[in-house]
Amino acid sequence: MAIINLTINGKSKQVDVDPNTPVLWVLRDHLDLVGTKFGCGIAQCGACTIHLDGTAVRSCSLPVSSAEGAEITTIEGLSEKGDHPLQEAWIEHDVPQCGYCQAGQIMTAAALLKDNPSPSDEEIEDAMNGNICRCGTYLRIKAAVKTAAQKL
Amino acid sequence: MTTVNTKLNRRSFLKVSALAGGGMVLSFSWLAGCKPTPEETLGMPKEWFELNSYIKIGENGAVTLYSSSPEFGQNIKTSMPMILAEELDVDWKNVMVEQGNFDTNRFQRQFAGGSQSIRQGWTPLRTAGATARAMLVTAAAQTWSVPQSEITTASGILEHKGSGKKAHYGEMASLASTLEVPEKVDLKARKDFKIIGTSKKNVDVQQIITGKPLFGLDYKVEGMKYASIIHPPAFGMRLKSFDGDKAKAMPGIQDLFTIKVYNEDFVRSFFDVVTFPELLVIVGNSTWEVFQAKKEVKVEWEKAPESNFSMRGFGGGEPSTITVPEGLENTVDHRSKMEIVAKNSARVVRRDGDPESAFKKAAKVLERTYTAPYLAHNTMEPANCFANVGDEQAEIYGPTQWPEPISAALADRLGLPKDKIKINLPRMGGGFGLRAYSHHLLEAAVISQKIKAPVKMVYTREDDMSYGIYRPTYSATYRAALDENNQLLAFHVKAGGIPESPLHANRFPAGAIDNYLAEGWEIPSNITIGAFRAPRSNFIAGAEQSFLDELAEEMGKDPIEFRLELLKRAETNPVGENNDYDPKRYAGVLELVREKSNWNNPPADVHRGVSAYFCHNSYVAEVLDLKMEGSTPKVENVFAAVDCGIVVNPDAAANMGEGAIVDGIGNAFFGELGFENGAPTKRNFDQYRMIRQKEAPKNIQVHFVENNEDPTGLGEPLFPPVFAAVANALYKATGNRLYDQPFQPKLEEMSNLLM
Ligand code: FES
Ligand code: FES
Repeated sequence: MAIINLTINGKSKQVDVDPNTPVLWVLRDHLDLVGTKFGCGIAQCGACTIHLDGTAVRSCSLPVSSAEGAEITTIEGLSEKGDHPLQEAWIEHDVPQCGYCQAGQIMTAAALLKDNPSPSDEEIEDAMNGNICRCGTYLRIKAAVKTAAQKL
Repeated sequence: MTTVNTKLNRRSFLKVSALAGGGMVLSFSWLAGCKPTPEETLGMPKEWFELNSYIKIGENGAVTLYSSSPEFGQNIKTSMPMILAEELDVDWKNVMVEQGNFDTNRFQRQFAGGSQSIRQGWTPLRTAGATARAMLVTAAAQTWSVPQSEITTASGILEHKGSGKKAHYGEMASLASTLEVPEKVDLKARKDFKIIGTSKKNVDVQQIITGKPLFGLDYKVEGMKYASIIHPPAFGMRLKSFDGDKAKAMPGIQDLFTIKVYNEDFVRSFFDVVTFPELLVIVGNSTWEVFQAKKEVKVEWEKAPESNFSMRGFGGGEPSTITVPEGLENTVDHRSKMEIVAKNSARVVRRDGDPESAFKKAAKVLERTYTAPYLAHNTMEPANCFANVGDEQAEIYGPTQWPEPISAALADRLGLPKDKIKINLPRMGGGFGLRAYSHHLLEAAVISQKIKAPVKMVYTREDDMSYGIYRPTYSATYRAALDENNQLLAFHVKAGGIPESPLHANRFPAGAIDNYLAEGWEIPSNITIGAFRAPRSNFIAGAEQSFLDELAEEMGKDPIEFRLELLKRAETNPVGENNDYDPKRYAGVLELVREKSNWNNPPADVHRGVSAYFCHNSYVAEVLDLKMEGSTPKVENVFAAVDCGIVVNPDAAANMGEGAIVDGIGNAFFGELGFENGAPTKRNFDQYRMIRQKEAPKNIQVHFVENNEDPTGLGEPLFPPVFAAVANALYKATGNRLYDQPFQPKLEEMSNLLM
């Protein structure tokens, strides 16, 4: 166990955990931020995607010790009122089915648009390929990313 | 307008005493279950009045509608309340939706499966809405002393034109909630629908995209412990002994013990499938700590002997004894066993005419065998459940498509009366049939009872993927007899699987061919299976529709034309009695997809395949276009024509259809689970290939047939035909017919040969 200082969604947080604990479980079990989802635990599905200093990372495979000093953003902190252009586009296209993968999809897409505000179809596909949607909402995800890009 | 008797639905219309007269304290589920901004339109009422189990109205006119069926992405949490709102005649923007918990007194049929929620809910929900509306009208008539028949409603407003009196529903709700439920009510005519048939956004979308707690995995209470299980690594194995000392000494670990999931003598329901009756359990302070400790438990496993248990059939009835064979099974053996058994004589399920003689005098016989492997459901949310079991009562909160069957098992195992066990229904991160089997609810409850504390049990992805309850492996051999003029004389299907046959003997092309034979066979196994999106249809459709494609080619006919000819025969002069499809509606979707895909003038560079199927009371035809990028096929377009009667929420329905098509393409190319020495060969997504963004089609068009039929299934019917649409398009693209799913390994083999 060790005291770890984190910055999450702009707020400082302190947790006392095994430094190897993945950020995913610190968020979910210790900080009550459950928007970040558990899907595979091995960086294969993208359900746990968060931003670490603005880059999309799989929080299930990121030890909390290596997130110290970095800015962590989760789905809960992506926008103040749930009105990030991606979130609005997600509503416009009524993307979710079960919804379980969608926070991860949105976080991956948000990092993409930050680096590349007008991605091509292929760039969207490349960026989003690490996020599985078992319900198969891929077409709507792509359409929503494009809509959001236009509004940026 | 139709008049319906409300008697049949009485149970749902009972007033619940806890609510009568008093305001209701809003629970957690209200926060998790309402639409984006109802507060902004009406604000929260001070008091709610319940008109029946599904509907309560606030004194300010706000409306809460209960969605009683479990939600796993099929979007009934939006579409079922839309049906209520339509007949209640309220403005959708003033409606809030709350998930109903499991309650057999309040709700009927809290089951998400078989694509039946809307079909079965259609009349009860309309009746519930219309009944509440009628009671509000009566209340207004009494208050204003005017005849009921002179009162009209619109958007939650009652009006008496003659006297100019007007009131919103909230003003009459208090009185209405004290009135007798009318015996008969009028339902709207379809032309008067204002909500049904218009696209409404998912009521949970705002919560989903902002990461609010909605799922079972997100649920938490003060003092809750975390648990995880260790199950045997293979089917046909069981626990022999374990040494948990090291694991127990790890930080945050509280306890380690074994549990028996069911009581030995419990007579299980059909949905009480349990792969591993005894489990090792680790309890601790956090999910990660218990996951880590699992790795440090030294376990010895042993081969399990043959065993038996009692189980009732699908619809209940007398229990029978189910035998679980011993042995460690392999995919290689499965394949060779299926090949052998497929050649033996089998159980005749349907025979029309004299197929045997027809085959004898055939000039040509086309025979093809199709196979498909086991599939894991791989819902994105792994199995998990919260349970808090005390001496007197229990609270369960976990993903289930069907709480009713497990409630009996819970009562038996926990030793508590059923009415002391509260099962709450979270939104589920996928279901696809898997969550109709609720063993995880029972496991969590047993753990909580043992540790005397609230607990959340979580499966790892590996636990989940290797637990069983899979889509079975299947094989189907099709034969067609043709005469000298290439006319179809007879048709024979012989289909089986481990452990069940995929046969639907009375479906198309039964009824369209004079000499028809359908046979089924089964091979027992200890690998557990369960419903998987369109059970059995999800294989047999692909086999049948691939065969019909090849047969059409053999007969020199256009594949759509050929099917339409058969359907014409089934319509005008059907063979046999029990054909369980409507040939006209079936033909209708083929005609619609032919038009929408511009079948007769395809784009130059695409390879297309067609397929059609009827299941879950709905008709679907699909045309799929492939392009070859080098030796890699890319799905460009999919056109689907669907006849599922009236579509309640069109855009959400299209979303569901798109998802089923993507799911089908993914499983056709990649879906596969094998076994070695009883152990699944894949345990996580690094091994189990799932369809991803790049493999999804570029475009999908879902076209609904416009008619006035009552709604039928939607979540499943678009899935089964995809497999053959893919196979038939791949044939056009590569010149090779593919008979064994998944197709990707064969395609890779073919492209290696080319290099
Ligand atoms: S849970 Fe992290 S990528 Fe799947
Ligand atoms: S919406 Fe269900 S997994 Fe993506």
